[in-house]
Amino acid sequence: MNVLEIRDLGVDYQSNSGAVHAVDGVSLDLRRGEILGLAGESGSGKSTLAHAIGRLLRPPAAITGGTVTYHRADGGAVDVLGLRGEELRAFRWAELAVVFQSAMNSLNPVSTVGAQIEDVLRIHRPTMKRNARVERSVELLQRVGISADRRRSYPHELSGGMRQRAAIAIALALNPEIVIMDEPTTALDVVVQRDILHEISALREEYGFAVVFITHDLSLLMEISDRIAIMYAGRVVETGAARALHDTPRHPYTLGLLRSFPRLHGPREELLGIPGTPPDLRALPPGCAFHPRCGQALPDCREISPSLRDGVSCLLNEGKGVR
Amino acid sequence: MKIRIGAGILVFFALMALAGPLLISADPAATSDAGLQGPSGAHWLGTTQTGQDILTQIVYGSRVSLGVGVLSAVIATAFAIAVGLVGGYFGGAVDEVLSVLTNIFLVLPALPLIIVLAGYLPQRGVASVAVVIAVTGWAWGARVLRAQTLSVRRRDFVEAARASGEGPIRVIFFEILPVLLPVIATSFLATVVGAILAEAGLSFLGLADLSTVSWGSMLYFAQNGQALLIGAWWWFVPPGLCIALIGTGLALVNFGLDEIANPRLRTIKVRKARA
Amino acid sequence: MRFLARRLGFYLLTAWAAVTLNFLIPRLMPGDPVDLLVARLKGNVDPAAVEAMKKAFGISDAGLWTQYVDYLGNLFRGELGRSITFFPTEVSTVIADSLPWTIGLVGVATLISYVVGTSLGVLMAWKRGTWLDGVLPAATFLHAVPYFWVALVLVFVFGSTLQWFPGSRAYGLEVTPGVTGDFLASVAYHATLPAVTIVVASMADRILGMRNVMVTTLGEDYVVMAEAKGLTSRRVMWAYAARNAILPNITSFALSLGFVVGGSVLTEIVFSYPGIGSMLLKGVENEDFPLMQGIFLVISLAVLVANLLADLAYVLLDPRTRQ
Repeated sequence: MNVLEIRDLGVDYQSNSGAVHAVDGVSLDLRRGEILGLAGESGSGKSTLAHAIGRLLRPPAAITGGTVTYHRADGGAVDVLGLRGEELRAFRWAELAVVFQSAMNSLNPVSTVGAQIEDVLRIHRPTMKRNARVERSVELLQRVGISADRRRSYPHELSGGMRQRAAIAIALALNPEIVIMDEPTTALDVVVQRDILHEISALREEYGFAVVFITHDLSLLMEISDRIAIMYAGRVVETGAARALHDTPRHPYTLGLLRSFPRLHGPREELLGIPGTPPDLRALPPGCAFHPRCGQALPDCREISPSLRDGVSCLLNEGKGVR
Repeated sequence: MKIRIGAGILVFFALMALAGPLLISADPAATSDAGLQGPSGAHWLGTTQTGQDILTQIVYGSRVSLGVGVLSAVIATAFAIAVGLVGGYFGGAVDEVLSVLTNIFLVLPALPLIIVLAGYLPQRGVASVAVVIAVTGWAWGARVLRAQTLSVRRRDFVEAARASGEGPIRVIFFEILPVLLPVIATSFLATVVGAILAEAGLSFLGLADLSTVSWGSMLYFAQNGQALLIGAWWWFVPPGLCIALIGTGLALVNFGLDEIANPRLRTIKVRKARA
Repeated sequence: MRFLARRLGFYLLTAWAAVTLNFLIPRLMPGDPVDLLVARLKGNVDPAAVEAMKKAFGISDAGLWTQYVDYLGNLFRGELGRSITFFPTEVSTVIADSLPWTIGLVGVATLISYVVGTSLGVLMAWKRGTWLDGVLPAATFLHAVPYFWVALVLVFVFGSTLQWFPGSRAYGLEVTPGVTGDFLASVAYHATLPAVTIVVASMADRILGMRNVMVTTLGEDYVVMAEAKGLTSRRVMWAYAARNAILPNITSFALSLGFVVGGSVLTEIVFSYPGIGSMLLKGVENEDFPLMQGIFLVISLAVLVANLLADLAYVLLDPRTRQ
């Protein structure tokens, strides 16, 4: 029951000094109605991956290979990377919507939030009457907890949390099957962050869309995701059910990430960061890209680049990862 | 790339102004019987109504045009540095007053003011024209430098210098000024363009020193000598082209510097995404 | 509204500065303008004219402060003194006769230049990497070209050589001024080359300015989101990107107005256009100080009014200023 299948996706950034592989051979499945968490440090390629799925890459970024297949609710398959012109325009937002990191930056500052919902409806539902569009935008705003009279507010007149809610309302305008959320709560303070997370979970229950939730905050993902994929240097290094990933992380990097963040609930564990800095994509080390920072690296790790097998990409214990 | 082309143009004209008159030792004002001749082997760019050689005039004229432009930009930039850095550094009421002064001069139309000021000058020599142009040309630089000073002022090394008890003058000129040199250079180049254009306009109106040959005064004599009606394009095209080329050179250098600061402005070749 | 109030206060201050500058210039510049004139005319000057000039400057034996108060009083009554060139005509009458020509010519030309230049800048940023990039070097060249030289070239090519358009005067000798079709047609015909001059010489700044802001704006999240929403490219380009990019552009446009007006003065002179620029030159050539100063004052005030209009446009276009 996959709604989206990504196979061997590659994205390069072209620069004068050659191509940088920002996303390198990523394969992922998104199941209908699930929340898939995508975690990694900045530069790990998680945002680039999301932009690639949404066909939002701009030069110098370009897709170099792979496929993205979208499965309609009625069973039809769509080659997302092959969509052109009108097909692509019609696919966008109706099937796949995006909530960006900062609503401050992603909402048009010179247009009211109502207008930013209604212009989606006007383009995608040409037969919809003006009254119906207004009704729908009021309904959506109320659904995310914004009162009807705020329809005519400009983004700068709303608080940070309200703006992010408005961005979610806009994303739901056409009842999409997939919503990509690119660090939707990073710019918010912790209390507002919690409210928004609850809202997202509740909306998912109600509408049944699938979510790709991107963040560098793994503990946050543990709380809301069904499944999680960890990215490092443009590759998926571990993937699995949130629970399993939490209880028995198998990639040393996942282990490091789990220890990097204080939990929102429960006893605080020791904060063990990962030594070193995120890798320079222009000059990746040979072998496993993580080996210079890995406490358990084997001699082979310097030479052999592991591939994802059984949900982990690590040479330790004959490819089964830590422990 | 842009910077190289721009710098090439500038070096060319600088050489023309510095070395040109040494190579062509003729008197640019010398008349001859060969009036209004088109370009030929004897006169590469033709002659004026009174038989003056236009190439000689262009070469000698570059001294006046560039000289006034640079002199005036030096004065204007010095003033801009004083106003911008002092305002940005001290803030408060001082900044308030200097900002209003800057904005007033930014809004007032420069050329009409220059014309009025020049109208009052008893003698319109190169230096006085340069000063008059500088009076109206400092505001843009002051505005840019003030904004930059505001941000530099909060940096650690400036805070440290202040904490260690250095006086404001020392901090402004020995700590902040060196950091702002690239910005000062950009604003200086832009001011040179403005000053060259203003000098040309003033000379063209006959309001500068008409006894010295400059590109603007060449255009003045071309217009008054009916070059347009006679069809003597070689008389008025070269001086205007030289002004525009210098402006282009300076602009290319400046745009190039902007692009280094803001890579998004670059023109890029769009690669076709995977089909 | 605080924004507008602030701006209005600033313009009033600037108007006062222009007025005071106008008062101070003849007193600060070397030499007494009246003596200067009398000396240049070797004493052959109508005593009435000398009196008129002294009156125009408010030059008397009274103290500077009294002179200043008298000057301001005259100004409020619209008295700018008598012109020397057109003695005994009032300066205000000379200006009133020539100002409509300038406002008509410069107004229309600036409007065309703004609309065309801005649109071209938008398109060039949107279609970066196509043949439109070829406009850039041309714009860079035109950015530095003197107005009067463009005028000379246009007169030479389209006036004297091809004889398509008249190269001087504001209307033909064969028509009588009045609101008739013939007269208006003749005015439009004669205004063509001067207007093209101003458009050509001032457009490059609009193109380059708009392109640069637009390129930066295209990278903003709200433009990426507009694209993700599946809006038509036209809507993304204009309603989201250009609509925001135009805001800083209005400010730089307002600041460039003084420069455009200066260039237009020179353009009028090349075309012997009976506007305020030609009058200014006449004033300077004839040492007609009252006329010069009156014109400087009127031009300055006109530029201030234009700036105020630009600010009004800004307030209309940017909801963030309306608090």
